[in-house]
Amino acid sequence: MNWAELGIVVLRAILVFVLLLGATIINVWAERKILADMQSRIGPNRAGPWGILQTVADGLKLFFKESVTPRKVELGMYVLAPFLAVIPAFLIFMMVPFGVPFTIGDYEVILQGADLNVGLLFILAMSSMAVYAVVLAGWSSGSKYPLIGGVRATAQAISYEAAMGLAMVAVVMFTATQGEGGTLSLAEIVARQDGTWFGIVPRWNLIPQAVAFVIFMIAIVAETNRAPFDLVEAEQEIVGGFHTEYSGMRFAMFFLAEYVNIFSMSAIAVTLFLGGWNGPTWEGTVPAFVSAILPTVWFLVKTYVVVFVFFWLRATLPRLRYDQLMSLGWKRLIPAALTWIVVSSIAIGVRQFGIPWS
Amino acid sequence: MGLVTAFLKGLRVTGLTMLRTITGQERYTTEYPYQMREKPQRFHGRHVLNRYPDGMEKCIGCELCAGACPADCIYVRGKENDPEDPTSPGERYGYVYEINMLRCIFCGLCVEACPTEAITMTKLFEMSTTNRQDAIYTREELLMREDGSVPHMFPDDELANTDDLLTADGWVRATAPSGIASYEGVQMWRGTPGPASWDPEPSQEELDRRSEPDGG
Repeated sequence: MNWAELGIVVLRAILVFVLLLGATIINVWAERKILADMQSRIGPNRAGPWGILQTVADGLKLFFKESVTPRKVELGMYVLAPFLAVIPAFLIFMMVPFGVPFTIGDYEVILQGADLNVGLLFILAMSSMAVYAVVLAGWSSGSKYPLIGGVRATAQAISYEAAMGLAMVAVVMFTATQGEGGTLSLAEIVARQDGTWFGIVPRWNLIPQAVAFVIFMIAIVAETNRAPFDLVEAEQEIVGGFHTEYSGMRFAMFFLAEYVNIFSMSAIAVTLFLGGWNGPTWEGTVPAFVSAILPTVWFLVKTYVVVFVFFWLRATLPRLRYDQLMSLGWKRLIPAALTWIVVSSIAIGVRQFGIPWS
Repeated sequence: MGLVTAFLKGLRVTGLTMLRTITGQERYTTEYPYQMREKPQRFHGRHVLNRYPDGMEKCIGCELCAGACPADCIYVRGKENDPEDPTSPGERYGYVYEINMLRCIFCGLCVEACPTEAITMTKLFEMSTTNRQDAIYTREELLMREDGSVPHMFPDDELANTDDLLTADGWVRATAPSGIASYEGVQMWRGTPGPASWDPEPSQEELDRRSEPDGG
């Protein structure tokens, strides 16, 4: 590795970082605006045109506020927890390819933080790490409500991560039939969704894996602790849950982590099920730079559609009760995911080897 | 399956509401300082002390308003009129008249108690101050000028629509002697400038007719 390659790697990392921060600024504003529209309100409209700078203003305010440290906190964990929340959130997106690779001179640049051959596994690992932040924040606050929030987070994350992982398994199994051997690399999964069936239907995993998609969507909403699964925060019952005792910049980091997580998880849903950056580029009919940028545009458009679904759910559904949450996770989603894996593997087997008794 | 259809129904409601809001068909909030909503006919805003058309003050310093006030926010001290140059047609006039707007609950009982219709309410409600002393409205701020205009503590305040000071509250008419049914459409006192010069109260039938979509 020479200096140019190292520079490209660093630039990629910075690009992902900037993209996520920019997306967060847009997301927080968009969520408030969309919720306002769904409730026949106006929403933020003071800062900048249509209030688009509202997030920047909020961020600046939180930056200059005092980060209060209550007397009974476990100081080390209390300070560490916000960072533990933010770092996995950013690392998850590192795996997601958000544009078609291109070459500058001798070097090939992939529009992706890093193309790991165990990308999916890494994502699962990082989304589990994010739970530690919530649990540790809840425990180290030395206060009752945060502790309840933290304990809820543990149970919720374990339940829904299982369903999320099983939905991913179905996709990986299907992807293995679409090319040479199985893969966990997200770039490869996207590449295998290129093209169309019968000339018109895009070859997205969504169509053969629709059940897995539904399970995955429910699971990622729960994973990111968003409404209707926001029992971890549940401001009406346990004040603010795990971040009750946090203020100023430390709170802002939890807030940032939540919105980065929404964006990253939506990006993963797009990558696994909606064809990633695949889409018509009209090569030859439009200028070259347009068809080079179009895949990234498609990726962002699809991701924002999924992000919109997050906001839509929040505006629509009331929070689940704790036993409802558990029964949905263990009695519905996990059996459904397991059944789907069996059904899907039978279908794959039949296609490869034919019906056994004929 | 009932759960799934219920879920989709819910999504439909929020989705359609969003479309209606974006296209401007449905929006219940207004951008207040820039968009003033029309106030109800019987809005209870800040008080004003009226004058007769010849410039005489209506207040006779009887302190009935202070006695009626449940919040105990009115302080009145009457003074004998100078026989050569009377301030009001009665024996006395309101020499000191103070209303503490921080205590006032805007119930309108002072208006009801007043025997001369001297105190009425306007539709102005933008009265925020930065200190307690400013919230006590004195005679200088309450009494209308001889030309019928009404003083306001912050005349340059962009929030305060001083036109509201000239639109009196209709409630006084409903509770005044003219408010009884046989006096509908009749104006009992008239000719006073400013808040007291209002049109006759429309009858209930006419109000009903106006609110019908095809009438009025």
